[in-house]
Amino acid sequence: MARLIKSSLLAASLALAGSAAYAADAAPSAGVDWNALIIFAIFVLLTLGITYWAAQRTRTAKDFYAAGGGITGFQNGLAIAGDYMSAASFLGISALVYSSGYYGLIYSIGFLVGWPIIMFLMAEPLRNLGRYTFADVASYRLQATPIRAMAATGTLVTVAFYLIAQMVGAGQLIELLFGLPYLVAVVLVGVLMVIYVTFGGMIATTWVQIIKATLLLIGATLMAILVLNAFDFDFNALLVKAIEVHPLHAKIMLPGAAVANPISAISLGMALMFGTAGLPHILMRFFTVGNAKEARKSVFWATTFIGYFYILTFIIGFGAIVMVGPDAIYHIGGDIAKGLLGGGNMPAIHLAHAVGGDLMKGFIAAVAFATILAVVSGLTLSGASAVSHDLYASVFRHGRVDEAAEVRASRITTVVLGIVAIVLGVLFEKINVAFMVGLAFAVAASANFPVLLLSMLWKGLTTRGAFVGGFAGLICAVVLTIFSPGIWVAVLGLSKDGAWFPYTSPAIFSMPLAFLCCWFFSITDKSAAASRERAAFDAQYVRSQTGIGAEKAAAH
Amino acid sequence: MDEQTVKRIQSDPNYVKLVAERKSFGWTLSIITLVIYYGYIALVAFAPGVIATPVAGAITVGIVVGAAIIVASIVLTGIYVVRANAHYDELTKAIVNASAAGGK
Repeated sequence: MARLIKSSLLAASLALAGSAAYAADAAPSAGVDWNALIIFAIFVLLTLGITYWAAQRTRTAKDFYAAGGGITGFQNGLAIAGDYMSAASFLGISALVYSSGYYGLIYSIGFLVGWPIIMFLMAEPLRNLGRYTFADVASYRLQATPIRAMAATGTLVTVAFYLIAQMVGAGQLIELLFGLPYLVAVVLVGVLMVIYVTFGGMIATTWVQIIKATLLLIGATLMAILVLNAFDFDFNALLVKAIEVHPLHAKIMLPGAAVANPISAISLGMALMFGTAGLPHILMRFFTVGNAKEARKSVFWATTFIGYFYILTFIIGFGAIVMVGPDAIYHIGGDIAKGLLGGGNMPAIHLAHAVGGDLMKGFIAAVAFATILAVVSGLTLSGASAVSHDLYASVFRHGRVDEAAEVRASRITTVVLGIVAIVLGVLFEKINVAFMVGLAFAVAASANFPVLLLSMLWKGLTTRGAFVGGFAGLICAVVLTIFSPGIWVAVLGLSKDGAWFPYTSPAIFSMPLAFLCCWFFSITDKSAAASRERAAFDAQYVRSQTGIGAEKAAAH
Repeated sequence: MDEQTVKRIQSDPNYVKLVAERKSFGWTLSIITLVIYYGYIALVAFAPGVIATPVAGAITVGIVVGAAIIVASIVLTGIYVVRANAHYDELTKAIVNASAAGGK
């Protein structure tokens, strides 16, 4: 059992973090990779140019938070895919396939299947009811102060965990790829993201995301084609060779030990699937399109790009097994037994070199860094919106605040979040970032998702139910994760006996608890306010279904 | 939206039709997705051997099923979009027009 937990932690960390193993098995810096640095510099210049252009167009709060509502479904689909295809997906899943084979595909599928659910149940009502943040939707007919406070807490907790993971990952990736010191790397990421978000708001963040998603899709496609080309486009031949050269041989076709425990498998599946539907930076993207029809198209394109991308990572992982695994030049000291240069998450980068030389490696490395930068920008904007739009404007000022002041609060928050992110990135340099991402998904699935879904679909939900349910899910997810071996033993360094929660993810307990509390504390709520809230559901439902009265796209 | 408008839209037969059809279609597709995914997770958890069974050469059941789920996710969302574009948007337009006419 202990071994099972250990291997499941290891596997989860690889899959979720992309950079989890850096701290443990980082190789000494390999010196500056000029190809990567130049390509990345071009990306930064281009995106700063876009930020300047976006800043000219960012006049109102709607421009700042929702790109004026003028993004098309296709563009938004790409931007969502960009938010979702983090370095964790690209480096982490290909690394997981490289080390364990088939197991990587289980993660890919879990990350993808949340999207159809978002489409069928949430995308259109979300667009029709919301303005800037998902708290707009959750508090549509409920009391603004408690519900926004709850939603903002859920947002900030999710964003913080995700942000730590990305900052630490970024620092380690840059340290390894470009030969820059960790601190310099983290500060660089923090400063760039603050510039994008404060000046360019959602318009700049969206276009940075679109460019990065396009680059990542092109890069991954090229690599997959080059891998398949080496086998005359015979996928079977690639698999046969992979089974032959991988140390585990035919076992790489098995699901792997980490999901051998059914509760862990199902719990992880729930966190991945429903967490997607509760990630605040993803939900926010639905308000950047003009109407429900474009929201629908966004999900279709996002699902298509993400699905395609995961198929590529599978091919890339198997390609790395064959082309990187047995090749001594990619291993520490030229010795295969000593592990990969740069750590366990580097197979995709080495594979780029194997199939396309230094230039390809530079390109893929630059794309990986651009990916992290774009994802942290989206996260920061989402966190800043929760603070300025939900906490500052609604909870503290009760809506008595003008737009300009609200946007100013958002910009100040962005700078603060940038500093916080840098500090956290430095403080948590050695942390297992996998659990941060896992926790982010679990919190999103347990706090944000149940309240959001019920507020849109269930007439009976009251403020009391949503407040208690949301916090119950949030607290339960965080507490169970702290007492799991991944945090208790691996991060806090405490004795194994204290880690009484043995599963990979808390979602199987925390998510149903949230739904149960929402339900119970709503039906037992006999207050006059509660009956007004139930009565207000009909008008909300009509708007959510027809879009009558919904936010329009800004004209410009 | 005032109460009267809400009542009027709610009694619009197009609205009743839109809500009923979209609800049943959305939930049907959601349940299909959940069954596919948790069926797969059950296979992974309880019958990992099946996943590794070869179908053709080194290509296994797991690879075929995994690729099929990815394709199915894309196809299911596509089906929803096609139906919504063709059908739901038309109903929504009729409801919005009727509501605008009735309100004036």
